[in-house]
Amino acid sequence: MSGTIEVNPAPPAPVVQQAVTSVRRRRPSRRTAARRSFRRHWQLYLLIVLPLAYFVIFKYIPISNAVIAFKDYSPVKGPWGSEWVGFKNFELFFANPVFWTLLKNTFGLALYTVLASFPIPIILALALNEIRQGVFKKTVQLVTYAPYFISTVVVVSMTLLVLSPRLGFVNDAIGLFGVPAIDFLGDPDYFRHIYVWSDVWQTTGYSAVIYLAALAGIDPALHESARIDGASRLQRIWNVDLPGIMPTAVIILVLGVGNIMSIGFEKVFLLQNPLNLAQSEIIATYVYKTGLLNADFSMATAIGLFNSVVNLFLLVAVNFAAKRITGNGLWS
Amino acid sequence: MSLTSQASRRNRANSSERTTIEETRTDKIFLIGVRVMLWIALIAVALPLIYIVASSFSSASAVSAGRVLLWPVEPSLRAYQEALGDPAIVRGYVNSIIYAVGGTLISVSLTIAIAYPLSRSTFFGRNVIMTGLIFTMLFSGGLIPTYLVVQDLHMLDTRWAMVIPSAIGVWQVIIARTFFRSTIPDELYEAATLDGASDLRFLWSVVLPLSKPVIAVIALMYVIFQWNSYFDALVYLKDPALYPLQIVLRNVLILNKSGADASDLAGKLEQQQLAAVLKYALIVVSTLPVLVIYPFVARHFTKGVMVGAVKG
Repeated sequence: MSGTIEVNPAPPAPVVQQAVTSVRRRRPSRRTAARRSFRRHWQLYLLIVLPLAYFVIFKYIPISNAVIAFKDYSPVKGPWGSEWVGFKNFELFFANPVFWTLLKNTFGLALYTVLASFPIPIILALALNEIRQGVFKKTVQLVTYAPYFISTVVVVSMTLLVLSPRLGFVNDAIGLFGVPAIDFLGDPDYFRHIYVWSDVWQTTGYSAVIYLAALAGIDPALHESARIDGASRLQRIWNVDLPGIMPTAVIILVLGVGNIMSIGFEKVFLLQNPLNLAQSEIIATYVYKTGLLNADFSMATAIGLFNSVVNLFLLVAVNFAAKRITGNGLWS
Repeated sequence: MSLTSQASRRNRANSSERTTIEETRTDKIFLIGVRVMLWIALIAVALPLIYIVASSFSSASAVSAGRVLLWPVEPSLRAYQEALGDPAIVRGYVNSIIYAVGGTLISVSLTIAIAYPLSRSTFFGRNVIMTGLIFTMLFSGGLIPTYLVVQDLHMLDTRWAMVIPSAIGVWQVIIARTFFRSTIPDELYEAATLDGASDLRFLWSVVLPLSKPVIAVIALMYVIFQWNSYFDALVYLKDPALYPLQIVLRNVLILNKSGADASDLAGKLEQQQLAAVLKYALIVVSTLPVLVIYPFVARHFTKGVMVGAVKG
């Protein structure tokens, strides 16, 4: 490993290129090459059977099962035997007034999360990068990284306890300024802030690590020459560090925006209560309730499918835009 | 050579050079500002953690009176006794250990079994398979279609539902494959073949011993994932005897369902006060295993993420 590390969470680019070159190289005898490979390395093909079966059974069969979005699913007839109903489930969903609430809540929450949790780790990493190696720096890193390992259930219950009107220290603290106790969890307007800022609390240290690695990869000579030219620390951050971590930042932003619709079910579901449902019902939780609690399998699948398709579309679109603007993207 | 030590060396080089040029006054002020900011970040993250731990060791009345902030008040281990004496919680703990150990064994074996062949240039069709795997990261059938598969396999309400449906992470496959590709040279394989080793023999006797670091990293990722996840249990399990710790925690901490029988009317107020402390103790007990190993593995964890991220 050298300093030229680039963070690229999904590296399909080299894969695609290799595919092209290997096709070109092997085209004359592709079939014989395959046969020879099977004969010589049959053990490898044997090895991969089980994991491949896993992907087929638990990833690809569900995709084919999603056909029930266009059917009136009956457990007796199975996914393929059920009656076709075309786009009826989708039409019902779009006509349902809850559709707009779900869309608004999902987008609002996800956008707010991306906006808050994108810049803060960058600021933390830049700050950590400025100070000298030592106990203080190590402590800050270790402590801010720790919450990432705490489970969602525990983070949510910590949030509830800390914010609780009767017991939590947050209300004690604002009580010192004469502000009456606030029921943060009973008021739907606070839901988004609670969700986003507890998320920032949990993930900032972890996300900063990626940027720290990118910062470590910046050529020290750049800093040297900038300093000789009389650049202040702030100017060096702006003109050396930020451009240096730009490719990493773009990829993380693309992933963040691209995953807007797949915002975590786990935490929202745990933070939900009847009082904040107006703001906290998102597509993922609605799918769970429709599908598993009300057993309306076809409708739940249709909503889930709608979500997946929008998500894929967003990812491709954002990646395209990012490549146009900055020249960096997930795939070429 | 570890990433962090390399990064630190570079930083040290930076700072020793910095002494040759005097810091300007604006830079000094700027550095003070940076330190203040880092202190704020440190306190903001650490305060809730300290508060939880301090409360868990305090007496029930001190906690409900709001007298605890950074240090235990009227130290007491009562909450821990209650927590560890509750059969539901103990059962959850045991179940979670079973799922974490069993699930991780299955996950790591399957991950290696797919990542190793995909790392070999002689493996036919590896690019097609890789594309197929990455596609599953971008698009999924959704909750219900997957549920139907698990149902058809008669896995609902069995321990298998906790370890099989989410056995392989594509991300972990990428990490392992990148490691194999960058650390196992083709020459090594050729030498082993000349000595008569088969593919499996080579994997077992050469590749795996050389890959201990990456195996440790993906194993840790799976352990922590298993320990912390509750979604699969929520969807696939109905039998309380199979619940992992996180579901038990959710019932006690968030839904306020008491684990124990709270039928003792005489001690109801005390019971109520104790319930709050019990929550703090539970949080500590459930998170402790992860946070105790965390400082030792954090470095490797980061390194693993970086290995998977190196381009090429």
